[in-house]
Amino acid sequence: MTTFTDPYASSQETTEGRVYSVTGGDWDSLVTEIGATKEERVVVNMGPQHPSTHGVLRLILELEGETITETRCGIGYLHTGIEKNTEYRNWTQGVTFVTRMDYLSPIFNETAYCLGVEKLLGITGDITERATVIRVMMMEFNRISSHMVALGTGALELGALSPMIFAFREREKVLDVFEMVSGLRMNMAYVRPGGVAQDLPEGALSKIRQTVKDLRHNFKDNAKLLIGNSIWIKRTQGIGYLDLAGCTTLGITGPVLRSTGLAWDLRKAQPYCGYENYEFDIPTTDTCDVYGRFLIRMQELEQSLRIIEQCVTKLEKLEGQAVMVADKKIAWPSQLSIGADGMGNSLNHIREIMGESMEALIHHFKLVTEGFRVPAGQVYTAIESPRGELGVNLVSDGGTRPYRVHFRDPSFNNLQSTAAMCEGGQVADVIAAVASIDPVMGGVDR
Amino acid sequence: MSDRGMFGVTGSGDTSGFGGLVKPEVITASTQRPFGSYFDQVADDLERAYPLFSDAVEKVVVDRGELTLFIKRDRLFEVAKILRNDLKFEMCVGVNGVHYPTESNRELHVIYSLLSITRNQRIRLEVCVSDKDPHIPSLVEVWAGTNWHERETYDMFGIIFDNHPGLTRIMMPDDWPGHPQRKDYPLGGIDIEYKGATVPAPSERRSYQ
Repeated sequence: MTTFTDPYASSQETTEGRVYSVTGGDWDSLVTEIGATKEERVVVNMGPQHPSTHGVLRLILELEGETITETRCGIGYLHTGIEKNTEYRNWTQGVTFVTRMDYLSPIFNETAYCLGVEKLLGITGDITERATVIRVMMMEFNRISSHMVALGTGALELGALSPMIFAFREREKVLDVFEMVSGLRMNMAYVRPGGVAQDLPEGALSKIRQTVKDLRHNFKDNAKLLIGNSIWIKRTQGIGYLDLAGCTTLGITGPVLRSTGLAWDLRKAQPYCGYENYEFDIPTTDTCDVYGRFLIRMQELEQSLRIIEQCVTKLEKLEGQAVMVADKKIAWPSQLSIGADGMGNSLNHIREIMGESMEALIHHFKLVTEGFRVPAGQVYTAIESPRGELGVNLVSDGGTRPYRVHFRDPSFNNLQSTAAMCEGGQVADVIAAVASIDPVMGGVDR
Repeated sequence: MSDRGMFGVTGSGDTSGFGGLVKPEVITASTQRPFGSYFDQVADDLERAYPLFSDAVEKVVVDRGELTLFIKRDRLFEVAKILRNDLKFEMCVGVNGVHYPTESNRELHVIYSLLSITRNQRIRLEVCVSDKDPHIPSLVEVWAGTNWHERETYDMFGIIFDNHPGLTRIMMPDDWPGHPQRKDYPLGGIDIEYKGATVPAPSERRSYQ
């Protein structure tokens, strides 16, 4: 047999036998060479730059033919040291960092963090109802926008283009609401310790009501495209199987857990932010597969809309209530307004601190430069993010900066189930399984 | 952290009241019974199921409505198994570390957040080890989901989880020196230059605290 050297397909002897590394070049020449060996184990490196891995996720697949014998995840490509960074900023600035973790559900990161800070401060009961209702409304909008990306990209990765177009059209509407309320479409740093950054602008409720109406109408488009679609069912039904025992031992929460038939949702089980006062259902399926998770996400959209409608009704009654805690030693002092030269402190606030109240000036200066002190201790707060349990472990040493901020991100934990879902299946089904976990690498790597 | 007033001022310099805030004591002592809420029930159940309870549990801390059991390292694996099998804490939702360089021989703390779906309860386990001997038994056998969390804690704090199936770095590159979340590891960063002026990296900046 002739030997030849292909610069892209080098081979080397290892303890496991002869290993061929392929990084490009001519596949045919490699196949000829491999044909001489008895064993045909192929290790495929998928990602981190790959359109179907849902972000910078690297999957290392070991194949026998088309069947996967082993799956491993390589993560860390998006590690930015957010947890470390927060230790060098004050508690309020932490919001701006944590919102960038899981970038598809910023409001959840902010809320979980702020609930933790408030618990440490012991002011959980002092948060005004209006602020809490606004938080709930923003979270539910965020759940919709996040699920829209999950559905849209999930479908796209399986080759269905149209659902992605519809999903992003709907997401755009939600982002418009975010922009109207917070000034930003993503990474808003809108929820702050003690409340929210700003009250809703004038006319917000009518716009929100219209958005809810539009969304409810438009959701039907995607439902019609995918629910019962025979190609979609063939790609998703029975794929990515993970049952309840697997979920509990792996710590899996969110839609993946609910696809095993267990209606576990922290909003119902361990309510926070007054979720016990809203009427909504927890959709479940008992199929344990990708299709079931897809159905759950579709149904959760409607439940989120129901909650938003109840929020709007509540907010109408709470018109005029403050959105920040009354304690001036904690409440962020500035009131933002939009002027001709962009957004800045409102003139009324500047008039007050510069001309009328020395105390207000001191408070403003101290809170902005130094921040408030948080009593020492440790707390864990968990909320139900679109992907499952988002937990925040905060440690304070009594200073103005966090001693330790740790996010238990659901994507990070749930991604561990990739091997259990994929091994024994086909290569193409890896895409479907990973998409159904809906990992967001910003949250995984932090 | 030493007690200081505003911007390091002591005495009468501070008129705002900020610097004069009384810092509450960190709860280090064990909480006495009754613990309140469902915590007594958890402690009772654990004592019944695990005869070595008083030996394994260093202290019980109830703070801000959360229960923390400080477990001796050598007993952790047994306690974890009992908690899962007998007390139905089916899930270990996460593992994380905290570095307290000032606590001698207990510099590294590892925290396990447990969740019971059956009981709808949460508790927390905390294990303290010294910097010189940072070994803790791995709980992957008890809760498979702790696998990545333990790898992350190893990566960030250098805590070695014995009997872990594959304890390698997970966030940082394999050849990275040091463990970034330790307090003696600097944040680092690059000075920012703009029009000739330089703003130092975040950990080097002047700060008011």
